[in-house]
Amino acid sequence: MQQLLKIKSKQTVALDTVEMVLENKAVSQIAVPGQFLHLHVDGHMLRRPISIADADPSVHTVTILFKILGEGTRKLSTYQIGDVIDVLGPNGNGFPLVNATKNSVLIVGGGIGVPPLYYLAKKLTESGVTITAVLGFQSKEHVFYEGEFEELGKTIVVTNDGSYGETGFVTNISKEALPSIDEYYSCGPLPMLQAVKERWNNIPGYLSLEERMGCGIGACFACVIPTDDHGGYKKICQDGPVFSAEEVQLK
Amino acid sequence: MSLAVELPGLSLKNPIMPASGCFGFGREYSDFYDLSILGAVIMKAATMESRFGNPTPRVAETSAGMLNAIGLQNPGVKKIIATEVPFLASFSIPIIANIAGSTIEEYRQVAKAFQHTDQVAALELNISCPNVKEGGIQFGTDPFMAQKVTEAVKEATNLPVYVKLSPNVADIVGMAKAVEKAGADGLSMINTLTGMQIHLATRKPVIANKTGGLSGPAIKPIAIRMIYEVKQHVSIPIIGMGGIMHAEDVLEFLLAGASAVAVGTANFQNPYVCKEIIEQLPHTLMQYSFSSVKEAIGKGIV
Ligand SMILES: Cc1cc2nc3c(=O)[nH]c(=O)nc-3n(C[C@H](O)[C@H](O)[C@H](O)COP(=O)(O)OP(=O)(O)OC[C@H]3O[C@@H](n4cnc5c(N)ncnc54)[C@H](O)[C@@H]3O)c2cc1C
Ligand SMILES: Cc1cc2nc3c(=O)[nH]c(=O)nc-3n(C[C@H](O)[C@H](O)[C@H](O)COP(=O)(O)O)c2cc1C
Ligand code: FES
Repeated sequence: MQQLLKIKSKQTVALDTVEMVLENKAVSQIAVPGQFLHLHVDGHMLRRPISIADADPSVHTVTILFKILGEGTRKLSTYQIGDVIDVLGPNGNGFPLVNATKNSVLIVGGGIGVPPLYYLAKKLTESGVTITAVLGFQSKEHVFYEGEFEELGKTIVVTNDGSYGETGFVTNISKEALPSIDEYYSCGPLPMLQAVKERWNNIPGYLSLEERMGCGIGACFACVIPTDDHGGYKKICQDGPVFSAEEVQLK
Repeated sequence: MSLAVELPGLSLKNPIMPASGCFGFGREYSDFYDLSILGAVIMKAATMESRFGNPTPRVAETSAGMLNAIGLQNPGVKKIIATEVPFLASFSIPIIANIAGSTIEEYRQVAKAFQHTDQVAALELNISCPNVKEGGIQFGTDPFMAQKVTEAVKEATNLPVYVKLSPNVADIVGMAKAVEKAGADGLSMINTLTGMQIHLATRKPVIANKTGGLSGPAIKPIAIRMIYEVKQHVSIPIIGMGGIMHAEDVLEFLLAGASAVAVGTANFQNPYVCKEIIEQLPHTLMQYSFSSVKEAIGKGIV
């Protein structure tokens, strides 16, 4: 569906990283973790997919966090409180919360892949699941939401350059530093997802994937991902962006 | 105010239809509005067997447009007839099947396959997809090949055939005349223009296929110019497309000589665009002193 969301608040939470709280009753009520909004940005032909980082139906808000990367996100960052954003969504399928009976879940986020995992972690802890979050960032000035995750469970921050928290990649965290895990959920850059899938290949996992999109609703075949070597495929915008780790081939 | 247009095999209550590849098989957009308001619908390209298409990224944004290299991904003609055509037929609007192939034989087979349903009103022959070649020659850029494939498809079907022309040619009039001579019932123009975008940070083309087809408002002046030129040299009707965003754009295409139009890329930005254009068109025609769509066709040619 197409909706208008009004910017209620806006703040910079890390280097080039903006958090916006948006107001829209319908979206706040139906959004599930892992879904995204397809945002129209003035002067741009194509919409921008941005994950839902939080939703609070009691006050009709939806939170997004985005990194200023190119022209579209730069323009979006100039929007002011009170401005209205035209979005399609919530689009796609979220993380399967039906498995929330599992009692220990690992959350692995990388950079701007962290936002959807926050809403997920919140929902999981609400249903009694214990979460452990491993959040990777480039360096200290990119770190955000560490405090928010700490309120939900054990949180380990990793920076590539070691300027904050642990040094290296999220997959470097030793077995001893982590509790025993029944399931993992991850979102981040492709090389990270590949490494995550490999490291935890013995337990069920869910990955949220990114691809350049056209329509964002399943009509244009821009965002496909192969599921096998025989022409099988899924559309990230419609069948995803969340997939079970064994369901998709990460190239 | 009459919006109706009669074209070979197509009785259109208004001249607006979604363009091939930009509307899938209608399912997603039917969540936004009732598709029965459309003049017609053009389906995503059909090939004989299912195709996966190109690697991703398949799209990129440009100034006032986009590049795409989907690579004709589709479930194959049999599946389209079995599952997609009946869905679209439920809206009681003319269905146009866009057909593609790698060889003349494949085009013939796909055209033949659409004989097995009575729910398709016309074929749009996609000879202009940049990734479709035989013997290294694109059907859409060689008038002789274009003529051959048109003849083959005309032989294989009794549905009217609209040949979709590529703008990636030096002599668009020559191409149009060649397919008219081969028996085309109408023309569809234009398809996308081949382009490329290079990502600065990685120093590589953004699109995995390297090149992609440019669409959107960026190509509208080219479409208008080509339709204007072709209209004066052929007697078959033209379905115009390329960058249509508003009812004013539709009028411009009509003035250039199009008898109906297709809206592509704009659907991605605004899923309601076809509906909004259909609602606005009578006002736009009136504003410029036309009392029907038919009256405006070709009136811009001086
Ligand atoms: C399902 C999904 C959820 C996402 N969630 C978030 C989020 O919560 N926060 C966030 O900061 N980013 C998120 N992204 C990435 C975000 O969409 C891109 O960073 C953004 O589109 C870049 O736009 P731009 O105009 O700044 O960049 P430009 O490079 O100028 O964009 C040009 C074109 O490429 C597309 N594009 C460029 N990079 C990406 C990318 N990584 N993924 C998809 N499309 C891209 C743009 O949408 C646009 O069409 C998500 C992507 C997907 C697919
Ligand atoms: C994502 C995408 C997919 C397309 N797929 C097809 C196709 O399968 N067959 C075809 O004939 N044209 C295809 N086209 C071309 C459009 O039908 C149309 O001719 C072109 O995009 C110009 O119109 P527009 O500027 O309104 O998009 C495609 C265009 C886009 C953007
Ligand atoms: S973006 Fe169009 S199908 Fe996914």
